[in-house]
Amino acid sequence: MALGLGSTGIIFRREFNAYVRSPMGYIVAAVVLLIDGILFYANALGPNALGPAGSELLSGQVLEGFLYFASGMTAIAAVALSIRLVAEERQTGTLLLLDTSPVRDWEILLGKFLSALAFLSLITVATLYMPLLILVNGKIAIGHIAVGYLGLTLLGGAVLAIGMLATALTRHQLVAAAVASVITGTLFLFMPLAEIVGPPFSRFFAALTIHGRHWAGFQDGILHLRDVVYYLAMTYFFLFAATKVMEAKRWE
Amino acid sequence: MVHLTDVTKFYGSKRALGPVSFEIEKGNTVGFLGLNGVGKTTLLRILACGLRPSSGTALVNGFDVLRDPHEVRKRVGYLPELPPVYRDMTVTDYLTFAGRIKGMTPEAVARRMPEVQERTRIVEVRDMPTGHLSQGYRQRVGVAQAIIHEPELLILDEPTHDLDPVQIMEMRAMIRSLKDSHTILISSHILPEISRTCDRLLILNDGEIVASGTEEELGEKLFTSRRLDVTVRLGAAKAGDGDRAVAVEAARAAIARVAGVTGVQIPDSPGSAAGDTGAVNFQVEGDSDLRAEVCRALVESGHDVISLNRAERGLERVFVGLVGKGGTWH
Repeated sequence: MALGLGSTGIIFRREFNAYVRSPMGYIVAAVVLLIDGILFYANALGPNALGPAGSELLSGQVLEGFLYFASGMTAIAAVALSIRLVAEERQTGTLLLLDTSPVRDWEILLGKFLSALAFLSLITVATLYMPLLILVNGKIAIGHIAVGYLGLTLLGGAVLAIGMLATALTRHQLVAAAVASVITGTLFLFMPLAEIVGPPFSRFFAALTIHGRHWAGFQDGILHLRDVVYYLAMTYFFLFAATKVMEAKRWE
Repeated sequence: MVHLTDVTKFYGSKRALGPVSFEIEKGNTVGFLGLNGVGKTTLLRILACGLRPSSGTALVNGFDVLRDPHEVRKRVGYLPELPPVYRDMTVTDYLTFAGRIKGMTPEAVARRMPEVQERTRIVEVRDMPTGHLSQGYRQRVGVAQAIIHEPELLILDEPTHDLDPVQIMEMRAMIRSLKDSHTILISSHILPEISRTCDRLLILNDGEIVASGTEEELGEKLFTSRRLDVTVRLGAAKAGDGDRAVAVEAARAAIARVAGVTGVQIPDSPGSAAGDTGAVNFQVEGDSDLRAEVCRALVESGHDVISLNRAERGLERVFVGLVGKGGTWH
């Protein structure tokens, strides 16, 4: 019997192959790489590039700028990759195959989530040439790149989990995209909101923001356990919520 | 094999099903017949553990769909109205996925695959993406995924949905071939599909089972009389020198004199029957099977009997009698 982690693995393989076989995966990858590339060029080599080329400070700033833009693109890609995962199956009726098989809802969602995370990670890895260019031509620590990419992966995972909740809620991908975008956008906006309101709300918003406070360390190449735990907790929370939604849908 | 007690399903405050109670023996092929929207799909999905009942108990081979859904799912193969196929996968890849997700090992799937593809006659398309298949093939692939793990209970929701007449005949033949190895539940609003495939019928109306039994039993419950369709070549018309109206009346009177006949009707004008200008159709109502008596009476009164059949649309009449509606079946 291939239950437990086995079922998650079977679903993971199917979903990952679906990304590879469908134009959707390639379109998302192409758009992310194109925009990341353009922003990198504008930030590092264009007229707005910071300071004199080759200085240690400039190299670090260029990497930080790249990670900043890449984090936004990763979040957008995560929404785009996740919205089809359940909504499409509900719309085409294939979810019934999973619903009537001896597989638990969390196994279905985990398999789908991991496949999207793996594909998103591949896209993220494909952007590595840009930090490597900085490494070759400037002076930055490999650890800074590693921490930055860990941050991109954690942020991507958290937004994918938000997308999982959105896609579990509806059979319409556009609605799922809107829900995921609103939740993610709200969590992004918590940081500027924290700066304009006073305590205790400022602390509340700063603690919950998905980007500013928790992202800053990764962007600067500083690894805080607090930030890792935050992203893992967000991922767990939204995947848990998505599982509950799937279970509740069985009553409908 | 299947045991339901007071099962209901509500969508909000709207009752979609129940309370329904029935039992199905192992090895039976049972048809759920009803108009669209009376709760057939809801009932089958509850049995397949794709939907939870609002109340009541549903057992499949002793396992409760609420308490032991995994055990139930292992024992059930389910084909929804639209076959749940991933259009980007080839037939073999899809069936491998279906088998694995239903708990089979890769070795077990590989062993079972040729038999399933042979049985559902999809060998020739096994390497094609399911998205490129015709509706008929896609439906067969849907049956293949439902039987790949050798379930004890096979649930087919409208299995001939959207198929052309040839595909419908092929699907019926396939279902009949599966009767030996599975207990089968089929839902349909198409009467011939049910009557030609199933051992027993459950008729649903407004979320409730309003009748159950074989076609014969249902007919006997609802109709005390039995109808014959008789085509007669009139004696006078054969001689070519009589008054047709008189001859038709003479034949009608001959039939009416048979003991047990409760009514004789002429559904169309004389001369229109089967393009034979000398023939006329009669519909004969009686309280028992009067084929021999009616035939003898007609021959003795000088008429030729061209055909004599018991009415073929008995089940449709049963259906109309039970649900009080008409015109939606094929």
